[in-house]
Amino acid sequence: MTDAVRTPITSAAAAKHLKRRRAADGRFRYYGLSAIFIALGALAVLVFTIGAQALSAATYHVVRYDITLDPAVVAPDGAGEPDQIARNVDGFYSLVRDNLLATFPEADADRDSRREVSDFVTRLAVLPTARMVARNPELVGSAISLKAPLNDDLDLYLKGNGVRERKIKAGAIETVLAEADGTYRVSGLGAFDPVVAGLAVASADRDADAVQMNVLLTAGVSTGRLTGISAGRARLELLTGQAQDFANARPTARIIISAESERTISDRQIAWTLALKEMGRIDRAPRMTLLTNSDSTYPELAGGLSAIVGSLLTMLITALVAMPIGILAAVYLEEFAPRNRVTEFIEVNINNLAAVPSIVFGLLGAALYINFLGMPRSAPLVGGLVLALMTFPVVIIASRAALKAVPPSVRAGALAVGASQMQTVFHHVVPLAAPGILTGAILGMARALGETAPLLLIGMVAFVGDVPRGPTDESTVMPVLIFSWSNNAERAWEPLTSAMIVVLLAFLLLMNGLVVFLRRRYERRW
Amino acid sequence: MDTSQDMPATMDNSLTLPVAHEGSSSPRIDCRNIKVFYGEAQAIHDVSMTFPDRAVTALIGPSGCGKSTFLRCLNRMNDTIENCRVEGEILMDGENINDADVDPVLLRSRVGMVFQKPNPFPKSIYDNIAYGPRIHGLANGREDLDAIVEKSLRRAGLWDEVKDRLAAPGTGLSGGQQQRLCIARAIAVQPEVILMDEPCSALDPIATARIEELIDELRNRYCIVIVTHSMQQAARVSQRTAFFHLGNLVELGDTNQIFTNPREKRTEDYITGRFG
Repeated sequence: MTDAVRTPITSAAAAKHLKRRRAADGRFRYYGLSAIFIALGALAVLVFTIGAQALSAATYHVVRYDITLDPAVVAPDGAGEPDQIARNVDGFYSLVRDNLLATFPEADADRDSRREVSDFVTRLAVLPTARMVARNPELVGSAISLKAPLNDDLDLYLKGNGVRERKIKAGAIETVLAEADGTYRVSGLGAFDPVVAGLAVASADRDADAVQMNVLLTAGVSTGRLTGISAGRARLELLTGQAQDFANARPTARIIISAESERTISDRQIAWTLALKEMGRIDRAPRMTLLTNSDSTYPELAGGLSAIVGSLLTMLITALVAMPIGILAAVYLEEFAPRNRVTEFIEVNINNLAAVPSIVFGLLGAALYINFLGMPRSAPLVGGLVLALMTFPVVIIASRAALKAVPPSVRAGALAVGASQMQTVFHHVVPLAAPGILTGAILGMARALGETAPLLLIGMVAFVGDVPRGPTDESTVMPVLIFSWSNNAERAWEPLTSAMIVVLLAFLLLMNGLVVFLRRRYERRW
Repeated sequence: MDTSQDMPATMDNSLTLPVAHEGSSSPRIDCRNIKVFYGEAQAIHDVSMTFPDRAVTALIGPSGCGKSTFLRCLNRMNDTIENCRVEGEILMDGENINDADVDPVLLRSRVGMVFQKPNPFPKSIYDNIAYGPRIHGLANGREDLDAIVEKSLRRAGLWDEVKDRLAAPGTGLSGGQQQRLCIARAIAVQPEVILMDEPCSALDPIATARIEELIDELRNRYCIVIVTHSMQQAARVSQRTAFFHLGNLVELGDTNQIFTNPREKRTEDYITGRFG
């Protein structure tokens, strides 16, 4: 008889039970895996949606203006004082505007079109150039290339998310005839067949009685609006450029699927933008201004520098207050305090404090620091103190866990060679717990970095156009800036908000990376 | 080491010591009516005994009999345990170490301790030894400290094994080496008494043999008290043995006598393996 493996499972019931146990094991593994996949999936969706949005804001369109720095305009009083040049935004702006009007003479016809062409660039966009010239006064009188960001709506249009349009290549135009009312009759055999078909599809997409859809026809730098379109001919209302450009050309037709009155940009602005692009004066550049500019009411100029500096100052205050207090409190409670009712009470309340909603700390901060102690509103000092209140329970809890994890044999060893309790704690226990303490402290700080609600209550939500120079200057922080931007109505803010979220996430990742780095470093020591 | 010369004297000393505390030949430590309480529970019942200088005293007894607790009274390590209370007098050089004005930190520099599990600091071998002398200010300058470290490691029989890697972490040594490092660490602060709480229970037989040899050598200089679960170890290394049971000191006497001719029935039962 060869009983290879003796098994206690002899009855059918026992075998069945074993089978059930194995199935339960397998099921549990499956639940765990699905939990991980759900979490990873949620993360992937978040990263993808924010990343995709942010990517469109990572670059923007910059228009080049070749202007001559006329001394009479740039330094009208002749002195050429750097201060005055830097402040002479109007002068530089008028140079840019004149350049645009020279490029598009038809825009000078009436006030409306002058305003529309002025919208291309905001006044403040010339400020960096004005400052640059102020630093180099010898440039006055010479010709320079001024680069200014394109208006945010036109920027969005060029990126393809501003205005819905359908681009169609039209057939060859054979004749262009001027009409008495200033329009042109363009015709060509079947030239507009694709446009007619496109219009039919576009109307079907929208409601049947859809608003009137404008059709723009572009050839080279010239663009006109088409009306009365039939298969072979149409009436062209020239918006910019020369009618001759259309002769013997195969122009591009754009069916704009929303009425001009519903859009933030007019047909003429589209026409001019296309012309500038055709002239090669529009470049798509990385939006470094997101990190180098301060907040602005114009999305194309807005950046997060003041908020980033505000966040760093706030974090500095938080770290300086919360880390020493939290770590010392944890060391005392864990290593020195007797276990009794009082310490138990303190312990419970520290845990409660960590669970208090952050907005409550904001209220406390507003009442205590601003109303009672009279500290300045909107200042990183107050923000940092409020966040410190919020952070230090977290630091205490994490530090105590780290101290608890130090084996008691280390304490016994130190005490046995005659170290005092303080020497035992600071020579042996705290260094061993340091990676854990730092991890807790940095993770607490990372939480504070992403905090919005308490800062709203102490006035850090104000619009701040200047970079704060110290902890008492008016300031805002990254998450509050994201909150403010997401409340703005203009569509261009949407990708910009996502881009700022990516910047904030980058800072958080940096802090978490620091945690990993410190851990590795300390653990490698022994 | 001139063990051969010291040995008879030490043996003599321990043999002449009476079981009770009469103090005629001034024992190193004299414990009188020691009672230890953990909260309400009494762990040690009225134990009185003496520990002679330059001899090894073994404390034996079944688990939970209070021998470790009693050992920890001798350097006031019980102070660090919450709601542990020690009553009675422990006299060292005529001074009661339980007095309120005795600094436990100073006491522990005179009474070193080695633990059950080797617990070197997670520092270099050198720093492990140098830590005690440093905090007590025993060394004048770097060379002096180097000398103390070398002497301590030599006495612990570890010098030849680690002299080339003093900067290596102490936790990287083998278990037996770690325990000898802990002994070196204890003797570096020049104690008079060394307490050992089952120092070999986590070691293999070869490392155990080395530690036992070492204890035998150290006996020439120190008063050693060792708690052990191994009767053979007690018989091998100690000159005097105390048998504890349920918090009571059952029998105290010369090791030979305890193991060959115990006076108490309970002692006999224990050493012959009938309980414990």
